[in-house]
Amino acid sequence: MTDQTFETGPGGAEERRPNALIRGLKTLALLRESWMASIGIGIVIFWVLVAILAPVLAPYPYEQQIGPLVNAEPGTCAEPDRPYFTDEGMERTTGDECYLLGGDNLGRDILSRIIWGARPILIWAPLATLLAYTAGIFLGLLAGYKRGWLDDILSRVSDIILSFPVLVLYVVLITVVGRSNINILLAVTFASAPGIMRIVRGLVLDLRNRDYVAAAQTRGESSWYIMFVEILPNARGPLIVDACLRLGYTIITLGVLGFLGLGLPPPDPNWGNLIAENRTVALTSPQSVVFPCIAISSLVLGLNMLADGLREISLKD
Amino acid sequence: MNGTTSTEPVLQIDGLNISYFTRAAEIPAVIDFNLTVAPGEAVGVVGESGCGKSTVAMAIMRYMGSAGRIMNGSIRFKGRDMMEMSDEELRDLRGSEIAMVYQEPMAALNPSMKIGRQLMEVPLFHEPGCTEDDARRRAAEMLANVRLPDAERVMEAYPHQISGGQQQRVVIAMALLSNPSLLLLDEPTTALDVTVEAGIVQLIADISRQFGTAMVYISHNLGLILETCDRVAVMYSGEVVEEAPVADIFDRPQHPYTRGLFGCIPTPGRDKNARPLKPIRGRLPLPHQRPPGCNFGPRCDHFEGGRCDTQSIPLEVSDDTRGHSVRCLRWNEIDWSLANTGVESRPAPEVGEVVLQADEMQKYYPVHDRSLAAILSGRSVRYVKANEDISFVARKGQTVAIVGESGCGKSTFAKVLMGLETATGGKLSFNDDDITTKAIADRKTRQVRSLQMVFQNPNDTLNPSMTVGGQIARVIRKFGVETDRAKVQERVLSLLDLVKLPRDFAKRRPRQLSGGQKQRVGIARAFAGNPSVVVADEPVSALDVSVQAAVTGLLMDIQREFETTLLFISHDMGVVRYLADRVVVMYLGQIMEQGTTDEVFEPPYHPYTEALLSAVPIADTSVEKKHIVLEGPLPSVLDPPKGCPFNTRCPRKLGAICETERPPVHKTVNGHAIACHIPLAELESYEPVIKTAAE
Repeated sequence: MTDQTFETGPGGAEERRPNALIRGLKTLALLRESWMASIGIGIVIFWVLVAILAPVLAPYPYEQQIGPLVNAEPGTCAEPDRPYFTDEGMERTTGDECYLLGGDNLGRDILSRIIWGARPILIWAPLATLLAYTAGIFLGLLAGYKRGWLDDILSRVSDIILSFPVLVLYVVLITVVGRSNINILLAVTFASAPGIMRIVRGLVLDLRNRDYVAAAQTRGESSWYIMFVEILPNARGPLIVDACLRLGYTIITLGVLGFLGLGLPPPDPNWGNLIAENRTVALTSPQSVVFPCIAISSLVLGLNMLADGLREISLKD
Repeated sequence: MNGTTSTEPVLQIDGLNISYFTRAAEIPAVIDFNLTVAPGEAVGVVGESGCGKSTVAMAIMRYMGSAGRIMNGSIRFKGRDMMEMSDEELRDLRGSEIAMVYQEPMAALNPSMKIGRQLMEVPLFHEPGCTEDDARRRAAEMLANVRLPDAERVMEAYPHQISGGQQQRVVIAMALLSNPSLLLLDEPTTALDVTVEAGIVQLIADISRQFGTAMVYISHNLGLILETCDRVAVMYSGEVVEEAPVADIFDRPQHPYTRGLFGCIPTPGRDKNARPLKPIRGRLPLPHQRPPGCNFGPRCDHFEGGRCDTQSIPLEVSDDTRGHSVRCLRWNEIDWSLANTGVESRPAPEVGEVVLQADEMQKYYPVHDRSLAAILSGRSVRYVKANEDISFVARKGQTVAIVGESGCGKSTFAKVLMGLETATGGKLSFNDDDITTKAIADRKTRQVRSLQMVFQNPNDTLNPSMTVGGQIARVIRKFGVETDRAKVQERVLSLLDLVKLPRDFAKRRPRQLSGGQKQRVGIARAFAGNPSVVVADEPVSALDVSVQAAVTGLLMDIQREFETTLLFISHDMGVVRYLADRVVVMYLGQIMEQGTTDEVFEPPYHPYTEALLSAVPIADTSVEKKHIVLEGPLPSVLDPPKGCPFNTRCPRKLGAICETERPPVHKTVNGHAIACHIPLAELESYEPVIKTAAE
């Protein structure tokens, strides 16, 4: 149906580009086109707000242990006048200490820990994804545009990395370099950059044959200019969709690493650690594991829906 | 061709209205469409892109997709109302009673299934009593009917193992196997090379004679319609503006749009200097921005305010006996003898010194065969001879056309010239500089800016992420024409003026532009550095006829103004005859013939040139044309025929000598050269392919 190309003619609406903020909001408003994307972005924004407002939202300090509420069921309140320890010393419960989502194996409020636990996840997962993307885009552009031996080497190396079971790769990497925020960031980058590189390379292989790239070549533009100015901006559509999905996977990865005890280091709570710390009591007091799991899956689900919605919107146009 | 006497039409469409529903609004795509197809009749539907012709085809199949909806009107197939039919009945009808042939043959065939099997499925599926053997026999017969040699081999082949032309023949065979009453052809030859197209067109014309199948032929090419159809409906912006027997449309067009279309087609006798094309001004209105009254009003030279723009115009019968109808209020008022003026002829431009010279230039691409057998035999590298001994000169202000079908090496030559590749041998000089082995990075800015290119695909030529002005400005800064911000901007605007685009286009993005406008920006970009040579690689082949005329005209004007040398790469002999001063005909990487345009288009010519000329459909009933249909597929460049490259398809092949020896080059006056074994005297004795009856 080549006949259905509708274009804005000379008499068409004049497009004004006032400023970046309004343009950004307009792009965001496009998300309404798809209910999937709307729900997805809603969930994501919800968790971002939770993370930002953690000091206000969390009913208890996340490290506060109230002995009487160890492994308490959701909605349980402490019996009055029981002793527990704080940094200042021994205190006694008043009876108003209620854990909405129950208590964990040390008597801490699961709700507060989930709220605070959103912070490291929402800081380190996007950072790791961003870093992986920077590396992946750079290598993918090189491999796809330069081709030849460079492409051969980069592709083979990425094949090798991708052929390792991901989990084994993480375990090996983190045990070797040690467990710290930065090292986990680097490990995630190392493991996901090859995948991103392949996507970028595939897109570049298509885009490099476009006439506008040939036009840039025939006026003697440098390879860097062509790669980053002529090609990369036109690959952004699929990359944005993939970034949303990959951010979700990274969050799962952080969760899994936390569960294995290789995740973001304590004492700050994060969703992965929450599950790990309580897995011994998972059968007797499931709330301490189930709620962090729900937190992770809802955020990942939100990102996936956002990605699907974005893809749907981009196809519609 | 109206052999049958049956009175009931095969297809009758009355008052059909179709709309598409988009995010924004309802968009009427087809308005008040009427069409009657008698048994055995071939009806053409012609129009530019966006006029609704493909929508009509989809509607006849009742296959509209989710966004389109038939608003009202009726489609009757052999008296049965198709609007009333259930999905089940429609499925029975499609592929058996109504068959369709699409533009892309490869997309219509299942790539993982042998062709024989795919053909056999048609009778097996639609006729309950049909046996396997029966189906196989009929499939083979039908392949012979569509003139596929070696039907048995084709039956056992997968679609990718045969050529595009053969694929399209298979698709047509598949369509005919169920013995349909109606065959829908939607641009069946657009994706094919001209010489292949000629074969398919002849086949289609024969089909209606041989099988008595009624056809609806949808095309943008008036020349093809003339060769295949009995009657034709011209569509413009969703409406049929004129319908008549095919000869009447060509000889006595009554609608200003039809007239305008003919003014845009480079028929023989047109000349860029003496009789230039007259483009239709303005552009096709968008479906949601149609003007009141006549849709063509704003672009019409005979527009009368207060009359043409007040009411919707009915389709009026203008000649009852011949069945000619037209959607124009003023069809019998316009005096066409006066109307055809307004295009002034101009003197031919001066031709200056040599700016570009190719001397036995060669470009080979190595192909590495990594199979074990190849490595053991020591023959692991073979060469694709994309360009072999290319020699010609181009002078200042001259238009040199390089003509040939896909794979002839014309684009490779452009790449070498532009410095995207370097030549393997020979010599290539540009303004007295040797650029044979100079890739773009080794060239001086002065050389780079004076050798620029206009690209083929309008949707690809501009970077979708940058504004139009930004892209032109980049070229200006890169070439150091201007550096000051304000001056660059000024130059961008003056370039937009040059290509006759509004200045506020500088702020637009490519997607807001039409194909023709994008191509204009591409031209502006190429001329930003005041080049002395511009290579135009099929710059208008992807555009609509009326837009083509305007863009070619613009390119000619600018070339004339700056005395630029234009290297025009094309497969379209019509356009080439119209605008070239010299023509170079290429086949499989070699030059078959070259000379001035007049020399190449008159005998003596190379048999390949002869075939090319005959293959081009001409939208002019006064022109008589010899039909030469080339046998066999285009050989692969990887394994070109020995001797003369054209010997496998040449209708005038002498014999063994053509297969063994490279043909000698006959040179006549003015550097007219023909590479052929046939003696020059004999080549001279051939009749011209194209004869104009009037002369």
